[in-house]
Amino acid sequence: MARITAGLATSHVPAIGAAIDNGKTDEPYWRKVLDGYQWTQAWIAREKPDVVIVVYNDHASAFDMNLIPTFAIGCAETFAPADEGWGPRPVPIVENNADLAWHIAQSCILDEFDMTMVSGITVDHGLTVPLSLMFGQPDAWPCKVVPLAVNVVTYPPPSGNRCWRLGEAIARAVASFPEDLNVQIWGTGGMSHQLQGARAGLINQPWDKAFLDDLTNDPERLRRMSHIEYLREAGSEGIELVMWLIMRGALGPDVRELHRHYHVPASNTAVGHIVLEKHP
Amino acid sequence: MMTDIHAYLAEFDDIPGTRVFTAARARKGYWLNQFCMSLMKPQNRDRWKADETAYLTDWPMSVAQKAALLARDYDRLLELGGNIYFLAKVFSTDGLSFVQAVSTMTGMSVEDYKAMMIAGGRSPVGIRSRTEDR
Repeated sequence: MARITAGLATSHVPAIGAAIDNGKTDEPYWRKVLDGYQWTQAWIAREKPDVVIVVYNDHASAFDMNLIPTFAIGCAETFAPADEGWGPRPVPIVENNADLAWHIAQSCILDEFDMTMVSGITVDHGLTVPLSLMFGQPDAWPCKVVPLAVNVVTYPPPSGNRCWRLGEAIARAVASFPEDLNVQIWGTGGMSHQLQGARAGLINQPWDKAFLDDLTNDPERLRRMSHIEYLREAGSEGIELVMWLIMRGALGPDVRELHRHYHVPASNTAVGHIVLEKHP
Repeated sequence: MMTDIHAYLAEFDDIPGTRVFTAARARKGYWLNQFCMSLMKPQNRDRWKADETAYLTDWPMSVAQKAALLARDYDRLLELGGNIYFLAKVFSTDGLSFVQAVSTMTGMSVEDYKAMMIAGGRSPVGIRSRTEDR
């Protein structure tokens, strides 16, 4: 049977993708961001997941104001990188495990999570920057990727508790997939950042660090956190952190922190990264 | 437990220097944001760059929205229903990064804004709440 073995979370700042794509990774500014991912690159090369479920948000790339799904699962065979205004990122096509994606979609709907199934979409930096951070610049991504897009742009986004419970439902769905697969789930976005108005540039390091701590110490606090707290404390775009709770919910009660990295800044954003191992 | 949508939305106005992208703003900015999406196609970017005013005649936006777009007044565009991820198509077409575009809303120079970020970013102290002054 398929099983979720580990989860990780990471920021998905577009400028990180641009730095990697444009060969700027040796610049001291970017080394401070990227060095914290070397541990994870070595770890994931050993773990060799068959599939990663990447929870991300689309940034007005595939979904515009005509269509705003709260939870959309990518069910096509492949997804190309999006042209976000400066041409598509020069990264490999994302290959899905469409059998698993459709299985998760169907199972979650019967489990009372009314997923939107999407096929003809491109995937933007929210999904491709985490892949670059964990896998570098291969000719093809070394595993299958199930895209799971969450609306965190048009209010209201889903609550943290709803995200947590979706994670639990995804874990149940994966556990009932008959193929023997090592599956990881990644939560992306965050940490504190605000990209608008007079408060732009807001960073809250103590709050971010407490969020990282409580993924293991007190996940119930995170699960109950209101949107207004994210907005006040972590900036208007800090709300992306609700997506980390889908990952955390999918791992179950008992997890161990394997690695973490925190650095300010990448562009406008506090970069946070954590790797969590699921205990049976 | 049911969350009261009126109380939920009202709290957002208590955050200084922040416009949360609520349904009301999304409705007001519908065509502005859809215009921004059109710039994801290279041929549209070329048309826009060749004659911005002419390109805008195709879009049913308010005079104020069109003027703010031509002026690249991002703070005003947020006020008029724009969302930063949609507006990113405009400043990306101009060849600007998020740091360059976002800093224009803060009253700081790009250099000062970058220096603030490298020094750890803007502190949340004093800008969490208008009413509670914390």
